[in-house]
Amino acid sequence: MAELGKSVLRGEDVTKIFGMGKVRTTAVNKVNFDFHEREVISIVGESGSGKTTIAKMILGLIGITEGTIYFNGEPRDISTGKKRKEYWKNIQAIFQDPFATFNQFFKIDAVLLDCINLRGGKNLPYEEKYKMMEEACSFVNLKFAELTNKYPFELSGGQMQRLMIARIFLLKPKILIADEPTSMVDACSRATILDYLLKLRDEENMTIIFITHDIGLAYYVSDSVYIMEHGVFVEQGSAEECIIHPKAAYTKRLISDVPKLNEEWDLSTVG
Amino acid sequence: MGKVMLEVRDLKTKYVTRMKEDVYSVDGVSLTIEEGKSLGVAGESGCGKSTLALSLMGYYFAPLHYMSGDIIVDGQNISGMEPDYIRKHILGSEIAYIPQAAMNALNPTQKIIKFINNVIHVHDPSMSKGDIYDMARERFEKLGLPENVLQKHAVELSGGMKQRTVIAISTILSPKVLIADEPSSALDVTSQKMVIKMMKQLMHEGLVKSMIFITHELPLLYQVTDDIMVMYAGQIVEKGTAHEMVFDPIMPYTKGLMGSIIVPEDGMKANKLEAIPGTPPNLKHPPAGCRFAPRCKYATPECMVYAPPVKKPAPGREYRCLFEEKYLKELYANG
Amino acid sequence: MKQTLKNVFSSPKFLIGFILFMVLLITSLAWPLFADFGPLQNVVQKNGGFAAPGTYVNVADAVELVKDNSSVKFDVDTSANRLAHRLDADSRQMMVDWLHTYATAEYIPDINADDAAKIQELTIDDMYAVCADWEKYYDFSVMPKTIKKAERNKYNQIDKKVQTMLSNEALILASKGENGLQEDCKVPMNAFVNTKDVASRYTLILGSDNFGRDVFTELTSSILVSMRIGLIAGCIATLIGMTLGLLAGFIGGVLDNIITFFTNLFTVIPSFVLLILIANAVGGSHRGVTLIALLIGFTGWTWTARSVRSQVLSLRNRDHVNMSKISGHSTVKIIIQDILPFVASYVVMAFILQISSGILAEAQLSMLGLGPATTEVSTLGLMMHWALSFNAHTQGMWWAFLPVIFSIALITFSLNLMNTGLDQVFNPQLRD
Repeated sequence: MAELGKSVLRGEDVTKIFGMGKVRTTAVNKVNFDFHEREVISIVGESGSGKTTIAKMILGLIGITEGTIYFNGEPRDISTGKKRKEYWKNIQAIFQDPFATFNQFFKIDAVLLDCINLRGGKNLPYEEKYKMMEEACSFVNLKFAELTNKYPFELSGGQMQRLMIARIFLLKPKILIADEPTSMVDACSRATILDYLLKLRDEENMTIIFITHDIGLAYYVSDSVYIMEHGVFVEQGSAEECIIHPKAAYTKRLISDVPKLNEEWDLSTVG
Repeated sequence: MGKVMLEVRDLKTKYVTRMKEDVYSVDGVSLTIEEGKSLGVAGESGCGKSTLALSLMGYYFAPLHYMSGDIIVDGQNISGMEPDYIRKHILGSEIAYIPQAAMNALNPTQKIIKFINNVIHVHDPSMSKGDIYDMARERFEKLGLPENVLQKHAVELSGGMKQRTVIAISTILSPKVLIADEPSSALDVTSQKMVIKMMKQLMHEGLVKSMIFITHELPLLYQVTDDIMVMYAGQIVEKGTAHEMVFDPIMPYTKGLMGSIIVPEDGMKANKLEAIPGTPPNLKHPPAGCRFAPRCKYATPECMVYAPPVKKPAPGREYRCLFEEKYLKELYANG
Repeated sequence: MKQTLKNVFSSPKFLIGFILFMVLLITSLAWPLFADFGPLQNVVQKNGGFAAPGTYVNVADAVELVKDNSSVKFDVDTSANRLAHRLDADSRQMMVDWLHTYATAEYIPDINADDAAKIQELTIDDMYAVCADWEKYYDFSVMPKTIKKAERNKYNQIDKKVQTMLSNEALILASKGENGLQEDCKVPMNAFVNTKDVASRYTLILGSDNFGRDVFTELTSSILVSMRIGLIAGCIATLIGMTLGLLAGFIGGVLDNIITFFTNLFTVIPSFVLLILIANAVGGSHRGVTLIALLIGFTGWTWTARSVRSQVLSLRNRDHVNMSKISGHSTVKIIIQDILPFVASYVVMAFILQISSGILAEAQLSMLGLGPATTEVSTLGLMMHWALSFNAHTQGMWWAFLPVIFSIALITFSLNLMNTGLDQVFNPQLRD
């Protein structure tokens, strides 16, 4: 693995507690993390482990109960709408269900134009905007001319996720959070989406936070891996360390429970 | 060669949409399964594998319609039988079906033993409740499920336990064929493993004579079934033993599918994942020639025109392609 | 949008409801073009109110036509009709009984034997034969002396009636001249005039009410006024409900708590009681149609607010809203762009139901006498109220209230049918 870049996002004792009074559930319990420039990080956990909650806290969609998140070395401040808008220029996301991510009432070019406006290109002439959108679509091997008058739901799941990546390409954030971007698409389109995500890292120097329950996928795409169980990180390190030579009992169990190709699947480990 | 448990000959079924259009989702499927064997069905979503599972039961309800072909379960041809007869005398005792969301089928207000009573009562009304309880307890013990589950309500069980319970209930009459459609896809990996373990146990103990396992997860299929069959656009495009299919695919589509497998194993990171461009064809108007041709990187103009024949290079192995095995292997070797 | 409309109109339920509604609306809008009177014009004189449905022709005009010889003489005997019209069932029975008892050889010795046999088989249904035989054989003197005088008189009265009816002599119209009455003209018994030729002729399709107004014309104008009340009430209720629901659901927190508190408060206070209290308090001539509509609107928004809120709650955490947020859109823009379109179909359905419940609420209020206190316009509720106050129902004047009930039912039924149809289109889970 290449030299680590400088730290872009750091979390200190980040905690999220849902509910009030007597009904309180701790979704995320004092986790620490440090994500660097040009790094692909995977947060792996089963459903209910709190991985999506972390993603939403990093995105600033939900508040943090305790702890601090440092962005570019300084504590993150998203207290006002203006500051939030500024923060979201640097951090963007791709969500799990492409069919639910797009507002079905807007055409595809409206979605992409919106990105250009957010990047401050509101007053550019339309020809220039068109060029930018065309470039973004060709980045993910889509033809913009064919898409302009279509609605998102006329595309397949894989195409929609690629369109999401085109959107990220236009926005050029420093950090991208990908929340299970491939769990709703077929295995065949999965490879394409992963390739484009890695291309974003390579060409745009993005830090990518990949959230998944699929430990094989995490191993394939990421440089470093955080294994999460019940709101805490039980193991973290490089992909090689965590997944090929796991130390934590939970990681070991998780890996042994996944069917593999080159070794016998030991069924006796479960009750 | 063992006794043939399930034989399907040229089965064709279709969906009729709200707009009264026909969708040929199972288009000429033939297969045989011997006693003690399991067959895996793989393919992208929309390839017709779930429809195949529904069609094999012989119990059709709108919008699914039977068109032609035979389904022979242990020597008995069930295609064309009265739906009511099939429900009473075939389902459960000859064929059992487990869908992906089977665990949601349990009415939360009833105890598990009640469901077993109902299942047995349809087929053998003479059995007393005590006998049924003893039989259920024995079966649960064999499958490693705790006895007290019988007296619990569905809401008290975890997702994995619910799914295992449903499988135990569905197979209580020891069916000849078990059809499982993504039985573990909604579960976490550990529960999935438990479900798989139980299904293997059912086969091992001879409680089900044969199994069809449908999933899109290839590593799982490789670990669970003896044979694997790949479906594309309503047809079988390749069939062979699990090992052959994963490590030595012939047909380009299977090759692509196997190239997209990701497992947490050493060396995986260096692999270049293969992607199949495009989307499966619309089955309202399937392509004239090879159905995979529009997405195939090796396709020639002939592929677009001529429907490829089924070729059988070895016993139990078949594929659907215009090209010969040797020629395809050469193409793969050259990239 | 086009596709949505196409879907909506392909739903048979919606289509039937829509057609019903449009038929009602267009009839009501177009009727004044053909109507002879204004909706609240007293056509029939007050003491003669509750005229039955039918075509009324001016008697004097009809006679004029006879005078001018414009009448046509029909070659039919009209006595039978007159007979049926003037002899009640009791009299007819008495006639048959008399013939059976006295028209025999015992009382009338010179009776024709064939006739006597036939008379014994006569029934009340064959009045024509009964009258003929009556005329031939009725004789006051054959009755034994033991018969009471009152009974005899009765028979004589019947006989007199029968004699006038059976005579085909013309009616004579006379005017008062110098030498007493002078014959003007004769109206032959078989003279007919074409109703079209009569100059003054009015058709009251549904008769008149107690004030002597044409019920049908009044009804059409009432339907329009009631629909207006429903529309205003529905707009206000939907607007308030939707705004509060959107705010409570999307912004959440303290605002949600406050709005939910008020919504619950308005839900537990029965809105109809509230309506009665307010309507009573306003009182008198201030209570116009618009005010009643406003009152209904301001008390009926609660369940729209509740259901919109719950819809928004499930939308709030959807990924497209999250995406809109991280695209830096303002809250107002997110609500308008990413929430409103998704609840729009639901709001439209709620709006339709609000209209129909608004119309019903007005009818209920007016029935209690708390409706619009006005004599300028009528509403469906007011028509019911008037019919009730003047005892139309006890006198069997069905035309004063049944058409109104039927109209209210038809309007709400068509609106609810449209709502169900829309529900089927927009809620895929309800599709077959």
